[in-house]
Amino acid sequence: MNLLDAFTWFLAHKSTFMIALNQHLWMSAVAMSIGAAIAIPLGFLVAHSRRASFVAINIVGAIRSIPSLAILSAALPLLGIGFLPSVVALIVLAVPPMLLNTVVGVAEVDLTVTDAATGMGMSRLQIALHIELPLALGPIISGVKIASIQVIGGAALASFVGGGGLGDFISTGIAIMDMPRLLVGAVPIALLAIAAEVGFSFLERRVSYRNVNLSGEPG
Amino acid sequence: MIELRNVTKTYNSGGRPAVDDVSLQIETGTTVALIGPSGCGKTTTMRMINCLQVPTSGQILVNGQDVTKVDPQVLRRSIGYVIQQVGLFPHMTISENVATVPRLLKHDPAKIRKRVNEMLELVGLDPDEMGPRLPNALSGGQRQRVGFARALAADPEVMLMDEPFGAIDPITRSKVQTEFKEILKKTNKTVVMVTHDLDEALKMGDRVAIMRDGKLLQYDAPIDILARPNSLFVADFLGTDRALKQLNLISVRDRMTPATSTDFPTIAPSASLHFALSEILAQKVEGLIVREDGGPVLGFINRAAVLGPVALAS
Repeated sequence: MNLLDAFTWFLAHKSTFMIALNQHLWMSAVAMSIGAAIAIPLGFLVAHSRRASFVAINIVGAIRSIPSLAILSAALPLLGIGFLPSVVALIVLAVPPMLLNTVVGVAEVDLTVTDAATGMGMSRLQIALHIELPLALGPIISGVKIASIQVIGGAALASFVGGGGLGDFISTGIAIMDMPRLLVGAVPIALLAIAAEVGFSFLERRVSYRNVNLSGEPG
Repeated sequence: MIELRNVTKTYNSGGRPAVDDVSLQIETGTTVALIGPSGCGKTTTMRMINCLQVPTSGQILVNGQDVTKVDPQVLRRSIGYVIQQVGLFPHMTISENVATVPRLLKHDPAKIRKRVNEMLELVGLDPDEMGPRLPNALSGGQRQRVGFARALAADPEVMLMDEPFGAIDPITRSKVQTEFKEILKKTNKTVVMVTHDLDEALKMGDRVAIMRDGKLLQYDAPIDILARPNSLFVADFLGTDRALKQLNLISVRDRMTPATSTDFPTIAPSASLHFALSEILAQKVEGLIVREDGGPVLGFINRAAVLGPVALAS
């Protein structure tokens, strides 16, 4: 009964677990915040040019295709061990889905709506904030959801460069063939990922609610 | 007043200009309908007035001010803008949509609320019922009314309207055209309207500008254009029934004679000669008594009086 053993281990080492959980969440949150701060404004910037979007999406996509472990190793000599290289590797994971979804969301905003806004004297920034952002919010949050799931999973690798987090239990568990210990890391990571999926899906439906049936018949 | 001086717009350098040396004067308080086949440059001409397009050469003056010399956002906030697809903001309520430009101009919120309600009433929508709704809960005609109210909200002197009735069904269209025309006259707006519908241009425009391949071919009052097309293309464009179309532009009041008998069906003095002729033919009579519904007899109009002015058409 590995699961039961894992629970017993968890009860006996509650404070160790809480520290690892905090590290894991903190790392993910920082990477997600910085990633969003890069990806979403960049998405707005390039969305109106097909060529710029193509270039931006492909560049971040190419960086994304480098295995996270390789990025961690590459970051090691530059950034040392611990928190910093872990966050950098996670940002690389976080940016592409958020960028792609922002570009798609903004590009899908009805051109006649932005033309009307321009013609009435709104500035580029006012259009982005008051028209495009609210209308593209559904796809953008969907991108945040995908990114957060990848980041929560990816944060397990931080353990390899001394970044801590729930990955510590997994790597130790594998190293000493301690299945309960491994589960203490793996099960919470899975639960966090599911929670992110459920939470952001709910949010996505909430913000998309006003925009459903946009082009539909009056009802 | 809006003045275009030798305005040319070329999109691809070296290519054929979309607008080719167009000069046009639009008096304050009048409506000009720009019309022509698609690709004739009418929309580009209109979009240069609020700087959505910048002329390659030439000058556009609104009240003496060169439009390229002012902040385009300030300029656009002072010019009402209506487009065919309406372009209502789907995530904002009808009231919020109408409040757009007054908000950009940072008007007082209480003043904006009052203005929004006035505007919705002006276009025939109940502010309490329609104001809180989202655009997708409205019919096409209602949305176009909201788009019109939104353009009028900051009381601009100039209105630009790009195919403003194109998305409305034909039955509603005629009613909305009449209403919009009355509102524009009452508020003394200077209007530039783009359309591809000749009847709409003749109905809405105090003057009609016919364009082709970027060039302005003729710029005249509707009745003058119908009577004296200046080229074969314009004559063709107006159609073989252009003489009949003139009957739409003259009202019974202008052609009636004193009544000698009351033994005829009646017609309102504001009705068009076109309608009078139709009534005369339908009722198989020689003429009609002119009177408001239930009012005194104002005059009489017979077949000859209806058909008279058509002889002027050449």
